[in-house]
Amino acid sequence: MTKQHYQPFPTQTPPELKGAPARVYPVAIIGGGPIGLAAAVDLAQHGVEVIVLDQNNTVSVGSRAICWAKRTLDIFDRLGVGERMVRKGVTWQTGRLFHAQQEVFNFDLLPDTDYKMPAFVNLQQYHVEQYLVDRAGDFPDLIDLRFNNTVTDHVTSDTGVSLQISTPEGDYSLQAEYVIACDGANSPTRKRMGLSFEGESFEERFLIADIEMEDDPFANADNAERWFWFKPPFHEGQSALLHKQPDNIYRIDLQLGADTNPEEESRHENVTPRIQQIMGDKSFQLDWVSVYRFRCARLAQFVHGRLLFAGDSAHVVSPFGARGGNGGTHDVDNLCWKLAAVIQGRAPASLLDSYEQERGHGADENIRHSARATRFMSPANDMERLFRDEILSLAADLPFARAWINSGRLSTPCSLIDMPLQTSDTSDTLADDSRCGLVAPDLPLDNGDWLLASLSRNSFTLLLVGVNQTSIIDSSNLLDALPVVTISLTEHAQRRYGRGAFLIRPDQHIAARWEGTDLNASLVRLAWDRALGLADKAHAA
Amino acid sequence: MSLNTDNNLGIDADDAYAALLEAHRHLTPEQSQRLNARLVLILMNQVGELDIINQAIAAACNGLLTDTGAP
Repeated sequence: MTKQHYQPFPTQTPPELKGAPARVYPVAIIGGGPIGLAAAVDLAQHGVEVIVLDQNNTVSVGSRAICWAKRTLDIFDRLGVGERMVRKGVTWQTGRLFHAQQEVFNFDLLPDTDYKMPAFVNLQQYHVEQYLVDRAGDFPDLIDLRFNNTVTDHVTSDTGVSLQISTPEGDYSLQAEYVIACDGANSPTRKRMGLSFEGESFEERFLIADIEMEDDPFANADNAERWFWFKPPFHEGQSALLHKQPDNIYRIDLQLGADTNPEEESRHENVTPRIQQIMGDKSFQLDWVSVYRFRCARLAQFVHGRLLFAGDSAHVVSPFGARGGNGGTHDVDNLCWKLAAVIQGRAPASLLDSYEQERGHGADENIRHSARATRFMSPANDMERLFRDEILSLAADLPFARAWINSGRLSTPCSLIDMPLQTSDTSDTLADDSRCGLVAPDLPLDNGDWLLASLSRNSFTLLLVGVNQTSIIDSSNLLDALPVVTISLTEHAQRRYGRGAFLIRPDQHIAARWEGTDLNASLVRLAWDRALGLADKAHAA
Repeated sequence: MSLNTDNNLGIDADDAYAALLEAHRHLTPEQSQRLNARLVLILMNQVGELDIINQAIAAACNGLLTDTGAP
């Protein structure tokens, strides 16, 4: 192994094994991957005490999830690790698509200076996990990371979940009001419950390799790119993907076909010649190899009473499109403020149903996109293959065909428009980008800061754009609990918002909006109650 | 009028392609051939402009005879 040293995290004897009196924890998280750790930090930011139980004592091995999309970076920025991720990560902006020897087209994800976060950053999952572990250290009274703690069984009741935990020092049990299972695609929690995980499996096998290489394969070494090949000359009849990561690590994905022996293919002596065909005589070192099969599947329900599923345990997608790690982070973003509000008595337990509704919708969208990309790469029959091949053959000359080339539709935030927590949107003068249910668009502020970074990290925010707070707020005690951010109607604010007021959820989605001076405190209260799942109360008011 | 070779389906392009594959999904190869033929005829009628249809045929034929085989 080269650059990445998998340093064991320190472990401590759990208090339960030292005779501490039994107590009930508000939240226990099963799994200390990026999703479980992000959830721990998010809950801690909301003031909720949380225990993380992880069966290992290092960050995960191999790069795994590497592409983090703008929305995810905004979420990680809210969690306090976004800037570190961007500093370390490789920001890429150019994607090139090749068919056989020929470049068919390229696209530019121009780094728009009008947003704090770039479109995409490549960063190994183990770095993200390390940053989250470091960030968790900022909450010594709220986050208890327990490594080498394997959950072996659980029992749910109306009031909580009881977990059986095995450690090298002995076994113990633990009570939690709520448990979040972030234990991955093969979730032992899900299997223990016998829940069906339904979807579509694909026959094709894919090989992932991380290589360490000093020479840069891209024409302009300062500008990292994403290269995707259909039927490359170096890999007969299949597809291939190349991404750059920090520390001179490159990720290569190779389609292997259906009749492949995974153990045979992952042996380094078989992988190396394949990479040599791509990289020619450049010298490289194999860092990590994995062979996998695509699967798109999800749980029918993410909420099982006091037990909640998030990330890969709830839904898996094919990797092209970067919807796994990103989708899981969006789950955390959606779930944690709701769970905190329920635990702290500010919202009814039924608010958690909206997590399932909103993120189930997100999972379906991710599965739909990734299943389509997979079928494009791996056509199900001769006719699909014929259409695919003719699209590729037309694409160099006819631009319309390029829109149909699918090497993965990259992760974008999903819309929560018209879902029940959002107040219906009647404005026809405010910007389309700020419709209720969309993520609040970022923009630069006069003081040099960014809008999203100025919103509350753990509560709703009332954003006033180009309107005077005192002219519209006619009630005093509302503002005691609701932070207000006032910005001037700059050109950006005009284009992305318009003159008005916006109620923004803790996960930065717009819950309600009002034009100009349409606002009074009771309307805000009504929308706020609705967004907390108190719609019945709101209607009665 | 000239043939539009830019994406004319906008964000619906993926949905349209998925619908096409779905229509073929459970057909025999012969049925699939028939579906394609019918679809071309229906869409030609929908286009309704002989000039455009001739340009589309030319664009589709382009390179076909010189191709060495499947791309």
